[in-house]
Amino acid sequence: MSESNAKSMSIIVTKGSLDWAYPPMILGTTAAAMGVDVSMFFTFYGLPLLKKELDLKLTTLGNPAMEMPMMGGHMAMPNIMAALPGATAGATIMMKNMMKKKGVASIEELRELAVEADIELIACQMTMDLFEYNIDEMIDGVTLGGAATYMERALKSDINLFI
Amino acid sequence: MDANSTLDAKGLNCPLPILKAKKALKALETGEVLEIIATDPGSIPDFEAFCRTTGHELLEANEEGDLYTFYIKKN
Repeated sequence: MSESNAKSMSIIVTKGSLDWAYPPMILGTTAAAMGVDVSMFFTFYGLPLLKKELDLKLTTLGNPAMEMPMMGGHMAMPNIMAALPGATAGATIMMKNMMKKKGVASIEELRELAVEADIELIACQMTMDLFEYNIDEMIDGVTLGGAATYMERALKSDINLFI
Repeated sequence: MDANSTLDAKGLNCPLPILKAKKALKALETGEVLEIIATDPGSIPDFEAFCRTTGHELLEANEEGDLYTFYIKKN
């Protein structure tokens, strides 16, 4: 899979919220841009990141370190706010606007770059079955694999990340 | 400095300047120079690291106000 000199990296992607989609996507694409062979294994709540249509959301619930930049300062989000109707949609829209304003790539764009960079995208077979996802719901180029598939990649990789 | 190609990365935030530079470099011949104009301050250490790791040469890095200009030679 990789040349003898090329560095390699594996990432296990376990989360699929709008904020947590960023670390694996940024690290994966940047590593690929720097000549690293990248393999990304999507499992559990990381699986929705492979869907053809992305509908990633952000919640303020249980995110005590989340401080949204507002009115020149930072505003923390108490859990009670998440109980308000529309709170998730509101937080999601706020985050997307922040990304756009600061010129940060969308997850769609990063994912397209990941595919272009020939990053290996593996969907965990077991959690696909568990959550009753169909491979046809996922973007083209995704392969299926289990823990042993991941383990083989990880054993050969210079960097192994669990996100 | 002269460049064979220019990449306008103004307004783009990490990791886009690096990703787009990588793509632009792919289109160049060995020895050719890519000029990148960015506004992301993180691009300074990033392009240095990028060049150290990929072996491309960072010929020049300029800072003028909030514009950062890089010249990278494809090796």
